[in-house]
Amino acid sequence: MNALYSLLFVFLLVLIPLFGVDAAHMRTFFGVCVPTTAFIIFLIGFVYKVIIWGRSAVPFRIPTTGGQFRSYDPELFKQNKLDCPQTGAQTFFRMALEVLAFRSLFRNTRVSLYQGKDYPVVAYKSSKWLWVFAITFHYSFFIIALRHLRLFLEPVPFFVNGLDFVDGLLQIGAPVMYLTNVGLVLGVLLLLGRRLVLPRINYISYVSDYFPLFLILAIALSGIYMRYYAKVDVIAIKELTMGLVTFSYTVPETIAAPFFVHVFLVSCLMVYFPFSKLMHMPGVFLSPTRNLPNDTRAKHHVNPWNDPNIKAHAYADYEKQFGVPMAEAGLPLDNPENGKAPAEEEA
Amino acid sequence: MKMQYGFPIIVGLAIFIGLLTAPFAVGTMTKTYKQPELKLPANEKKCIESTEFMRTEHMQLLNEWRDWALRDGKRIYTNHEGKEFVISLQNTCMKCHNNKADFCDKCHDDAGVSPYCWDCHIQPEGLK
Repeated sequence: MNALYSLLFVFLLVLIPLFGVDAAHMRTFFGVCVPTTAFIIFLIGFVYKVIIWGRSAVPFRIPTTGGQFRSYDPELFKQNKLDCPQTGAQTFFRMALEVLAFRSLFRNTRVSLYQGKDYPVVAYKSSKWLWVFAITFHYSFFIIALRHLRLFLEPVPFFVNGLDFVDGLLQIGAPVMYLTNVGLVLGVLLLLGRRLVLPRINYISYVSDYFPLFLILAIALSGIYMRYYAKVDVIAIKELTMGLVTFSYTVPETIAAPFFVHVFLVSCLMVYFPFSKLMHMPGVFLSPTRNLPNDTRAKHHVNPWNDPNIKAHAYADYEKQFGVPMAEAGLPLDNPENGKAPAEEEA
Repeated sequence: MKMQYGFPIIVGLAIFIGLLTAPFAVGTMTKTYKQPELKLPANEKKCIESTEFMRTEHMQLLNEWRDWALRDGKRIYTNHEGKEFVISLQNTCMKCHNNKADFCDKCHDDAGVSPYCWDCHIQPEGLK
């Protein structure tokens, strides 16, 4: 049901600009006002969220590790520098691999139970499917976003032309097929299929999981439709998009409805982004289980939120203070002297 | 409450926002964008199909022409009005559109596309 609701909601989002442009002729509204507002909401929402996160408490070192700590004999037991980083540089490389190569997904394993000769055996097997889906999807999306710079910069910078060349390297059809278009749709479908097919993943999937997937799928399909089927007037669209970045807004008459659908869906994604799970994009940089060196045994970390008025209370002092009731309750004392009632001395 | 690790977080945010808004900074510095004006052929008023058709479908048409001419040996194209043309980029298209820089490149450069026509064909004048 969660998936169905999300799909219906995306259909609704497609209908809004279709009626808005074709029936109500709100071309300037859907071509200029909506994307500009969405971009502003995206920027402010993004910064707001990250600053909120930056101000929240991370009192302890909580890096998760998956390897050997530097031991008493570094020759015999070598430190695993990536999985148990203990310096800033090691943590940097760990983060770089995490952000650029999704290393923790690469290390994903699947548990299975099978019948051995005499008794059942638990086995852990490398399971890289999720990593394949995720990396295809994310890099395709990233390259597609970069390629769109051709509509926002004049002249088109060299790296955008380079991406265009590499992306269309197979030279299939005209306009040439982009590898990333295939990668994005395939990646979304696999990530979606995973949630629909695997019972355990399906059980924990909400509308907030399905909706971004369907939305991104709709964005990709509307873009593909514009490029290969509707063949929209790219130069007219560039006039509109350049108008957005030069603050001299125009909406040429030759732009067809599919463009407004695409822009509206992207605007929805931008507005939705700061308030959704998609914030894992900045979130990955701020993960305390990843971005902290595991150096608690080497450095003394003081919780920055500690109240300076509350002094440390060692057990020896504690026993001195509460020795009498402890002795009465029959609790063992390190120093039996503390158990004697001081009242006798006073008397 | 003050930020923890505020400096790297603010630097990271600044880089991200800076990259996202860079097109606006570049855009305000450059003047308003106008659609390029094509230099249309002087001696011919009508292309093989209507302007609207050519504008949206020319890439697909050229792609089909290549397949028809070189793979199927079909050298005659009949347009929607029933008029016949020889399928040839260099002899039919470039007879009128003889300047790449004044015609093809005008839109292709702005749209950031570089068709691979000239991997095989001899480039017309206006190459530089």
